[in-house]
Amino acid sequence: MIDAKNVYKTFYVPHEVQALVDVTNKIEAGEVVVVIGPSGSGKSTFLRCLNHLEEANSGQIFIDGVDILDPKTDINRVRAEVGMVFQSFNLFPHKSVLENVTLAQRVVRKRSKEEAAETAMALLRKVGIDDKANVYPDQLSGGQQQRVAIARALAMNPKIMLFDEPTSALDPEMVGEVLDVMKSLAKEGMTMVVVTHEMGFAREVADRVIFMDNGAIVEEGTPDHFFTNPTNDRTKLFLSQIL
Amino acid sequence: MNSNTNIKRKKDGYYFWVGVFFFILIGAGALLWYSALQIDYTWRWYMVPRYFVANVETEVKSEIEGDAVSVTQKGENTVILVKGPDGSEEYIVPGNDIRIGEGDIIYAGDTLGVYKKWQAGILLQGLWLTMKVSIIAIVFGIVIGMFAGLARVSANPALKWTSVTYIELIRGSPLLVQIFIWYFVLGTLINTLLTKNGLPDLPPLWYGVAALACFTGAYVAEMVRAGIQSIHRGQTEASRSLGMNYIQSMTYVILPQAMLRILPPLAGQFISLVKDSSLLGIIAIRELTKATREVVTTSLQPFELWFVCALLYLILTFSLSMFVQYLERRTLIQ
Ligand SMILES: Nc1ncnc2c1ncn2[C@@H]1O[C@H](COP(=O)(O)OP(=O)(O)OP(=O)(O)O)[C@@H](O)[C@H]1O
Ligand SMILES: [Mg+2]
Repeated sequence: MIDAKNVYKTFYVPHEVQALVDVTNKIEAGEVVVVIGPSGSGKSTFLRCLNHLEEANSGQIFIDGVDILDPKTDINRVRAEVGMVFQSFNLFPHKSVLENVTLAQRVVRKRSKEEAAETAMALLRKVGIDDKANVYPDQLSGGQQQRVAIARALAMNPKIMLFDEPTSALDPEMVGEVLDVMKSLAKEGMTMVVVTHEMGFAREVADRVIFMDNGAIVEEGTPDHFFTNPTNDRTKLFLSQIL
Repeated sequence: MNSNTNIKRKKDGYYFWVGVFFFILIGAGALLWYSALQIDYTWRWYMVPRYFVANVETEVKSEIEGDAVSVTQKGENTVILVKGPDGSEEYIVPGNDIRIGEGDIIYAGDTLGVYKKWQAGILLQGLWLTMKVSIIAIVFGIVIGMFAGLARVSANPALKWTSVTYIELIRGSPLLVQIFIWYFVLGTLINTLLTKNGLPDLPPLWYGVAALACFTGAYVAEMVRAGIQSIHRGQTEASRSLGMNYIQSMTYVILPQAMLRILPPLAGQFISLVKDSSLLGIIAIRELTKATREVVTTSLQPFELWFVCALLYLILTFSLSMFVQYLERRTLIQ
């Protein structure tokens, strides 16, 4: 489903940073992959390269067989198949909850108003906030906003969901409700790449855990492997700090 | 007890200064009135209304030559039948102020009768023209400003630099000079080219509106740019990650938020535009200021008329700012 080969990404502004160094990874359909690593290790950059919010400098990235670094590829079509959930929710503040979930369906998928609303309501029910369909995002708690953001991404019927620290901006008591939504999504067989510091989630839901440091994948394996006998020294150090 | 008197003293001070405010206001008025008295100026406020609406005598003229065969009263109107060698014609004159008799010989252009009709006076016409010019210029200013603002934030160098050049040129020169350029330079060029191709000239009004719209557009463009850049990057990322293209993301997500944010400075700009339209008088557009100047020369009542003129602008600008406030409140409430 996702095939990244020798991906490099360097930022030159404000100063030169090698955010990704020779990253190669293959993620199968239905797999749930959790990416962990210290701050600045390139986790977000890796995720953002997968839907071309950042353009990799070199290497190849295939999403469902489509080479997204090929200039001839219509990136908007690829993005419609790849949902993304951000740390800071990024809901559209000038639109109601319902409109947040219907907008891209209407504009990108060209669905009728009724169809879009129906899909949206079903998803809002699924994430448990259908009763707030007509309020504006600023009237919701962080956890509710993040669930709307998940519904918004799901409304496009994506094949892949990318999560960039979806619970890091939340008050502790709201983390659970968002993780629950993600867990049920994983159970349904969604292909997911999740950057998170929630090790409980990683242990319970992940099929595979990737540890990144300094822009490179240092170690990967099953959660069992990771949390019982990690081999790399840096992984050990990171896990000892975080657990 | 102590705090109570404290509050009371505060209040006393407050009303004292309110009093001072009204004293200043009335004092200024009195001073003006007194000075006018010193130069024997006679205030004739009753002269003012006639420049808004006037009951004007209107003549009904015959278009053909012939005899006035019949003059008959029909209700409120008088009907005159003129019969000539090339056929006959019926004229209706409201009222009964008839200037010919039955059987008279009529020549083409003769006045058959006169009636009085309420007409917009020159000030009202000027006010209307000012409103018209301002509204058209605002609409085009928004359109130009929107495109120039979008071009300004575009990554394409041709678009970006064209926009920057336009904005800097306009903002760097006086509006008066721009109006002259539009009228005397571009106007001459365009009208000459039109004449050469057998087309009618464009009236000065068009050049005036173009000057105002382009002037406003540059300022609007800067606001649009600032507005777009003030919207958090996450909004673009969220919309693009859903598969929207650049234009869709701008149209549905970024611009609506940006426009809401720039509504207050935009209102200020449009109020300036209404006031700046007073410069158009210099290219023979009879907007409010020029209309007032004309009335002043005929009526010799400059004091009243200039105050009235200022007041009319105030009404226009005040209504505009109320309208924008209403828009702001409406969009915020939802
Ligand atoms: N747009 C950018 N411009 C310049 N440098 C960037 C940009 N985005 C990321 N970087 C740099 O690239 C490196 C990797 O950043 P990235 O955001 O991918 O790290 P991360 O693993 O997600 O960290 P965190 O856990 O703090 O989110 C960092 O050094 C960061 O400063
Ligand atoms: Mg990050």
